[in-house]
Amino acid sequence: MDFWNAITLITNYILIPGLSYGCQLALGALGVTLIYTVLRFSNFAHGEFMSFGAMVSILLMWYFQSLGISVYPIPTIIIVLPISIIITISFCLLIDKFCFSFYRKNNSQSVILLIVSIGVMFFSNGLIRLIIGPDDRNINDGERFLLKAKTFKKMFELNEGLAIKMSQSLTIIITLILVTFVFWFLNKTKTGKSMRAYSDNKDLSLLSGINPEKVVLIVWIITGMLACVAGTLYGLDKSYKPFTYLNLVLPIFASAIVGGVGNPIGAIIGGFVIAFSEIIITFAYRRFLGYLIPENFLPETLMQVLSTDYKIAVSFLILVIVLIIKPTGIYKGKLI
Amino acid sequence: MKKFLISIFLSIFMIYPSFGENVKLGIIFGYTGPIESLTPDMAKASELAISEVNKSGKFMSGNTKIEGVRADSTCVDAAAATAAAERLVTSDKVNAIVGADCSGVTTAILQNVAMSNGVVMISPSATSPALSTLPDNGLFFRTAPSDARQGEIVAKMLIEKGLKKAAMTYTNNDYGKGLADSIKKNYQSMGGKITISASHEDGKADYGAEVSALAQAGGDILIVAGYLDQGGKGIIQGALDAGAFEKFFLPDGMIGDSLPKAIGPDLNGSIGSIPGTDSPGAKKFASLAKSNGFKAGPFSQESYDAAALIMLAMQSAKSTKSKDLKNHVMDVANAPGEKIYPGELSKGMSLLKQGKKIDYVGASAVELIGGGESAGSFREILIKGGKVTTAGYR
Repeated sequence: MDFWNAITLITNYILIPGLSYGCQLALGALGVTLIYTVLRFSNFAHGEFMSFGAMVSILLMWYFQSLGISVYPIPTIIIVLPISIIITISFCLLIDKFCFSFYRKNNSQSVILLIVSIGVMFFSNGLIRLIIGPDDRNINDGERFLLKAKTFKKMFELNEGLAIKMSQSLTIIITLILVTFVFWFLNKTKTGKSMRAYSDNKDLSLLSGINPEKVVLIVWIITGMLACVAGTLYGLDKSYKPFTYLNLVLPIFASAIVGGVGNPIGAIIGGFVIAFSEIIITFAYRRFLGYLIPENFLPETLMQVLSTDYKIAVSFLILVIVLIIKPTGIYKGKLI
Repeated sequence: MKKFLISIFLSIFMIYPSFGENVKLGIIFGYTGPIESLTPDMAKASELAISEVNKSGKFMSGNTKIEGVRADSTCVDAAAATAAAERLVTSDKVNAIVGADCSGVTTAILQNVAMSNGVVMISPSATSPALSTLPDNGLFFRTAPSDARQGEIVAKMLIEKGLKKAAMTYTNNDYGKGLADSIKKNYQSMGGKITISASHEDGKADYGAEVSALAQAGGDILIVAGYLDQGGKGIIQGALDAGAFEKFFLPDGMIGDSLPKAIGPDLNGSIGSIPGTDSPGAKKFASLAKSNGFKAGPFSQESYDAAALIMLAMQSAKSTKSKDLKNHVMDVANAPGEKIYPGELSKGMSLLKQGKKIDYVGASAVELIGGGESAGSFREILIKGGKVTTAGYR
């Protein structure tokens, strides 16, 4: 029984939150990586694109709610996703037309594009706060839980409960679908292959008749879609607040670099590595050990490696270690 | 043209004195930031006291009018608060300040603006114990009690309810740290055990890691010394979602109607404490507030009293200058003298004019001790049926 209590404890506090946070990071890192491989610059505005997508979803959700459209128990915001994806993509394309394309045509260095993306980040952040305001918004209106901690305790007669939120399971399912789609697209379709060719060797691909405008268009469509979904899911799972997306850029970049920059599989693995290490290192293990070892061996302390204040530092720590030991990341990516 | 300009110039100077000495009171609260849901009512309470005195026509010479000037302290950003207070003092030329609200910005304004300009501040809600000992040239008062006192009350309430083990989290600033230290000290000396005392940052979307550390430490109750519109809410939501805690202790920063509304029925049965009293003044104030279209919410009594004290001290000092009125605040606030309740400011003004003594009781039973802070009576809170209800006073 104690063994099952320990397992439940770990599942409830580490496995499930880690999986859903990891999915959100992975979606974000995938978008960053795609931009990096094809357009060759680090897009710091990606967090704000996510925030923009989430904002559009919220506005549409309010509209749908006012019309009375909902499908219980799914949150309304998931239903409006397809429309908000289209709007987010249009936003990304507009930004590209007015900001990035000029520098791309002039063959600017990637560092200049990076600075431009920081400008875009501040602009988008301001625009978002202008439209929806800086407030905290809770956007979950469907059934909140698939499994409640109390119900689980009763069902299995354990001390520990296991709670699975609707938003967490939706995050995992939608990420699976989306990632499968992106990989299928990149590897199996002609357009996907032309994109990979373009990122591999730009000049050679242009010689073989690949239309660069079309490649750029497709990249922004995929990035916009990933950003919108990732942002909406993050807002649904936690809560939506424009400022928090600014802080999300750091773990997203850490994920992309740890996984191997420019490698889509690496980005996903990196997302989970960052998410789980943040949680595992700041977790207090005293109660977990309490179930497994006799009480008199149990130490007085909480058995916590780092206090939760240092949660953000963990992703940096891993980033530094990876850059020192294996600069190309877990999956061999490009050097930055 | 020259003559025209000169005549305008002269007329401005000629007209100016005939407007009388208009007295200005700065009202500096965090209209944006983590307690933004409380501050509108607090400011309205202060303005109510001002309009009451204006209507009485007994202040100073009789036709001196008082004007409240609002400024945003943001509650958390010391630089922004200092700039706002600087503006009040140098450009609006306020005579004294009601505020600030949160402990950190109050300290910043006191040290950077109030002391260098010699302006009196009376804060209705800065409760950090550090403010008791801070040098203030006799310029700082508060109608709220220090958290050293609240720590005692919280510890007593927990022990009396048989809760011997508690986990605690506090917002990472002067208020949270001061209150948490005081609760811990008192609780442990009464035989309780704090299993963990961890800070949290405000303004994050996700408190999962904080909640899981608190959950692992365990306890009968979780003390959340945070802000209701900020991290405090996130922690409670996270703890309920993970099934980590069912009961919460909510100190003064967490009391407000927006919290039970946001969390829902799961918060029922949680307890809390907030400065408050069952004196007749509180009831009078509540009905006054109602007839003026606002709610007697958390700290609004103290805000009314802070503004009232400044004006009464001005009357008593026969001067609207901070350097004169600062010596009269304690006199009007404490016995001996005739007791003055909310809505009776006009009576207080005329008594002072006649040279008689008053003992301002006000809405929050003001009794200033030590360096000028409220002795502190507290209201016990119970969240019942999705509402903040009063369980008793101590």
